[in-house]
Amino acid sequence: MTTPTDSTPSAAAAPKPTRIAPIVTPDAKDFWEAADREEFIGEKCSDCGRFRFPPRPMCPYCHSLKREYVKLSGYGTVHSWCMPRHPPPFGFREPPIVAVIQLQEGTRFVSNVVGVKLEDMKQDMAVEVIFEPTMGNHKVPVFKPRGQ
Amino acid sequence: MARTFKEAAIAGIGATEFSKESGRTELQLAAECSLAACQDAGVDPRDIDGMITFTIDNSDEITLARCLGVKDLAYTTRIPGGGAAAAATIFQAMALVNAGVCNNVLIWRAMNERSQYRFGQNPNNMQGYTGGHGTGTLLWNIPFGAMTPASWGALQAQRYLWKYGLTNADLAHVCVQQRQYAATNPKAWFYGKPITVEDHQNSKWIMEPVLRLLDCCQESDGAVALLVTSLERARDLKQPPVRILGACQSIPFNVEVIANFHHDDMTVMPEARGVAKRLWEMTGLKPADMQAAMLYDAFSPHVLLQLEAFGFCKPGEAAAFVKAGGMALDGAIPTNTHGGLAGEAYIHGMNSMAEGIRQVRGTSVNQVTKKTVEHVLVSSGMAGAVLARA
Ligand SMILES: [Zn+2]
Repeated sequence: MTTPTDSTPSAAAAPKPTRIAPIVTPDAKDFWEAADREEFIGEKCSDCGRFRFPPRPMCPYCHSLKREYVKLSGYGTVHSWCMPRHPPPFGFREPPIVAVIQLQEGTRFVSNVVGVKLEDMKQDMAVEVIFEPTMGNHKVPVFKPRGQ
Repeated sequence: MARTFKEAAIAGIGATEFSKESGRTELQLAAECSLAACQDAGVDPRDIDGMITFTIDNSDEITLARCLGVKDLAYTTRIPGGGAAAAATIFQAMALVNAGVCNNVLIWRAMNERSQYRFGQNPNNMQGYTGGHGTGTLLWNIPFGAMTPASWGALQAQRYLWKYGLTNADLAHVCVQQRQYAATNPKAWFYGKPITVEDHQNSKWIMEPVLRLLDCCQESDGAVALLVTSLERARDLKQPPVRILGACQSIPFNVEVIANFHHDDMTVMPEARGVAKRLWEMTGLKPADMQAAMLYDAFSPHVLLQLEAFGFCKPGEAAAFVKAGGMALDGAIPTNTHGGLAGEAYIHGMNSMAEGIRQVRGTSVNQVTKKTVEHVLVSSGMAGAVLARA
């Protein structure tokens, strides 16, 4: 797990993160620890090579218990999206854009799309992963328009 | 009791009033609606031998049984998946009666889901997201501000709307129709309060650009109970029996309740398609054989998705179907004739089950009269039943 960069001037000037930290279940521990290191990983079956999400101990395709966490491309498309207006979601100063991201590796991941206005959202727009801080010095993967 | 196959029927329905503040505990609501269902049927509550509710119901079955004076309970179970459990309670009660292991199955759902807590607000604990309660992946959505059922429902519906060139305005007709039904239902929270398309479009965004306030169910306090017994026995009870002609659950691979993002095609409800397939096979009936339908409507888009999944119209055509009056009393399939969860109350789908039963009995305040009601479809997405005249 990375430690907060409190000593750097830019971080000291940045507002404290308000985003709620991920709720880490035992099966999701590896994913969130990687996110703290700004790595976006996926769970892959060591026998049949297929990806699955969310993480689980058994491959639903070949029933293998062998699994590995591999770094994903971080590329995907916006499969669906909306902006929560009411109630204002806890942990956000401005309403976020929530989206289901279709990842290049075939699985889907609910996240945020940042750096784009609601009116500029396009179905299936290409996005890439970046990381945002949360309360408690954790990080979560969010997505920005690809190449932006 | 000899374990021979027995046809099942619904003999009693009971409910409290629906409100924003019941002023009494959930256990009391559970006891009141359960007693009312037994009295409606003419069954002594002491003779209840099976009890079914939702995993997330807060009342303990044994404590409720001790309220009712139940003499010798033979079976209890709870069904996961939030509101998806609604029609599943009927399915499992049917199975218990069919198998000859229970004679008087009580189904109940009681909640102060307005005055005590609200699903539609930001969560203040994570209990609802644990196994059996909500769905397995809800926790993954929380850090991103997707914290309410509306956010998950909107994420599913947005791609459907986009695929068929629809907007939120196209959802208005579902809401207007249901509120029209509620307006003539004295038990409905929105009794006497119909809305127009303009009202719908002027209501505030909940999830822009997918759901407005009037697309969402009316979070409520209240309770509903059903009493299921054998068809043979129901014939001797107080009410005309309502046969459970077929009932089932369907949870296809990678499908989850409402946070339903991981199956192949997000523009369909595979679970409702699965329920439809089983129900039509089980009963030998088809959509055109239904005279009414009660479809789970936590949010308006899911009415459209179910109309399509059950085959009342083709994929992508439900909005136009509803706009043309398809859900009206004189339409192709009168739907949510009590006003739905948006118009009558949100008792987690159980009040819609009760309305299906009233339509078969012929006692709905918005009774289908253009044809004799022989068959009614009730659906809670992952479960459904065909209720029929005996
Ligand atoms: Zn495998």
